[in-house]
Amino acid sequence: MILMENVSKWYGSFQVLNGCTTSVSKGEVVVVCGPSGSGKSTLIKTVNGLETIQEGKITVEETIVSNRKTNLNQLRSRIGMVFQNFELFPHMSVLENVKLGQMKVLGRADSESENKAKLLLDRVGLADHAAKFPSQLSGGQQQRVAIARGLAMDPIAMLFDEPTSALDPEMINDVLDVMVELANDGMTMMVVTHEMGFAKKVADRVVFMDEGKIIEDATKDDFFGSPRSDRAQQFLSKILSY
Amino acid sequence: MQYNWDWGILFRDPYIWWLVDGLQWTLTIAICAWVIAFCLGSILGIMRTSINPYLRFIGTAYVELFRNVPLLVQLFLWYFVFPELLPEEAGRWVKREMPMPGFTTTVLALGLYTASRLCEQVRSGIEAVGIGQRNAGRAIGLSETKVYIHILLPNAYRIIIAPLTSEFLTIFKNSSLALTIGVIELTGMTRQIEEYTFQGFEAFTAATVIYSLVTFTVMGFMLHLEKRLYVPGMIAAEK
Amino acid sequence: MGDFDFAIIYNNLPFLLEGMKTTLLLTVAAIFGGIVIGTVLAMIRLANIPVLSWVAAAYVNFFRSLPLILVIFWLYFLVPLILGRPVGAFASVLVAFVLFEAAYYSEIIRAGISSIRSGQAAAARAIGMTYSQTMRFIVLPQAFKAMIPVLLTQAIILFQDTSLVYVVGLKDFLVSAELIANRDQKLIEMFVFVAVVYFTICFAGSMIASRIQRKLPV
Repeated sequence: MILMENVSKWYGSFQVLNGCTTSVSKGEVVVVCGPSGSGKSTLIKTVNGLETIQEGKITVEETIVSNRKTNLNQLRSRIGMVFQNFELFPHMSVLENVKLGQMKVLGRADSESENKAKLLLDRVGLADHAAKFPSQLSGGQQQRVAIARGLAMDPIAMLFDEPTSALDPEMINDVLDVMVELANDGMTMMVVTHEMGFAKKVADRVVFMDEGKIIEDATKDDFFGSPRSDRAQQFLSKILSY
Repeated sequence: MQYNWDWGILFRDPYIWWLVDGLQWTLTIAICAWVIAFCLGSILGIMRTSINPYLRFIGTAYVELFRNVPLLVQLFLWYFVFPELLPEEAGRWVKREMPMPGFTTTVLALGLYTASRLCEQVRSGIEAVGIGQRNAGRAIGLSETKVYIHILLPNAYRIIIAPLTSEFLTIFKNSSLALTIGVIELTGMTRQIEEYTFQGFEAFTAATVIYSLVTFTVMGFMLHLEKRLYVPGMIAAEK
Repeated sequence: MGDFDFAIIYNNLPFLLEGMKTTLLLTVAAIFGGIVIGTVLAMIRLANIPVLSWVAAAYVNFFRSLPLILVIFWLYFLVPLILGRPVGAFASVLVAFVLFEAAYYSEIIRAGISSIRSGQAAAARAIGMTYSQTMRFIVLPQAFKAMIPVLLTQAIILFQDTSLVYVVGLKDFLVSAELIANRDQKLIEMFVFVAVVYFTICFAGSMIASRIQRKLPV
């Protein structure tokens, strides 16, 4: 469903992505990990065109993202995205946050959007908080609202950019639970995260990045069982040894 | 210090009406110019944060041009030079027939000048809302225009309520420059009272009190507005 | 529009230069006086001395609520009255600018000092420095460095504001140009020239200010 071929990107003379090739099939969950500064956040943002690329090709279903003529807004309305810092809209209530895209992008009626929003908020366990403003919620709750906001668009795939790294430890599991449930329901997901427990539980494949390159792209069992590269081994031993 | 006090002068006909008249001019100039500055400044501020490099350049050029020439010089350029540069017919109309030339010119000059300052406030407000919010809006498929309408601007304007108010007060004070091209607003009126009566102390005191009162009233109104538009967790920008 | 008469500018350069001297002299003197009084006001406000701090705050807010032109008129009227003899326009205008600018400089300096995180002062006190040592060696050097771009920007604003001495007829750059403009009926040439000169100086100044700003650590 998502296909990346030889994707490269530069910030000035600094190369952030170097010939990255990978794919996500329908219903697949792919976890992207790697040390900070390895380009994994940049990589996931290229999928829906939030970051442009200079070389290579990205295709989502039939749409070529890297083509200048592509209607990115239409593409983005079909791919949900969850950010590290939640990025809920602070001037709108939780309910309005989930309704906004449905109404302004998909053109759904107010009542339909509202029903859908309430349903999804219930699904992420926040039905009681619909009338609150984002800042009145905890980080974990905000992130679950953000997931609901993405799901409200009936996406064909969900992108997660370090969804738990800005959270206090005790809230991480609430968010991961929602994500695991989503994976089990068959959602196509690309997830940048350090949560190896999550990867072991639901990932189909793991992509390991370092210095802008994809070093390893393997099934979950191969990656955790016998990572081939030294760097992946070092990375795993560092984050798992504590 | 020898001086004949006569505070009663301020309440005597016609001087009290001069003061009222002057204040009316001052407020009318300030409000009209602020409307121009707000509209144009917002457009320029949006341009300066746009993804289009040409729009950004136009915004930047406008700001640099208008904030690096003294307001009084700009006023003179609009009043004395601009009509000469127009085609003959239009130039004659501006010079001879345009209603209230001093007032119109002041409003225009003050509005265009302050737009450059407002542009910077709007820009800093939008930048304070942040790239993350912009991305979040784009990620659900909102077009650039809708990202501005539904997300960036509502937050940016809330953040910059205080700076927008001080810009209004700046216009309010700057409207006194109108007296140089013959619009006798509040400061001009008090100067005129001084010249007619030699009671400069009383006249200037009256203007001082009026300016301070209006300023503090506007500040009070601003605090009220900030409270009414408050969204939990929103931080206000520093002045 | 006709032809732009460069000769009128060229022929009157010495006269215009005299005007510019007055403008610059007024600017520099007002900056100096404004910073001195402004620093005193800022220190008083930050030191939280009961009545004095209130007076300093009142002074600042009062002057910031007034148009500069009104302040110029006030002092043009008051200074001779207080001294009991006529004084030149320059002296009374200078007093007006110093009093007026002090209010603005005070806010800049106060913000600059407040922007240095209180942790810095606490750390200095923790290694045994006295209050004045903390101010002199830790807070003020950092605050001043952070303030340079803002001080420079304020200097540019002040430089532009000196054109308002027009209202009392002091022969600064603008008034000199206007005299020639009216005498020889060369309004376009003179006002455009004035605008270009002001723009060049101020634009260069603001470029320098933003360059310094960028070099400063955040």
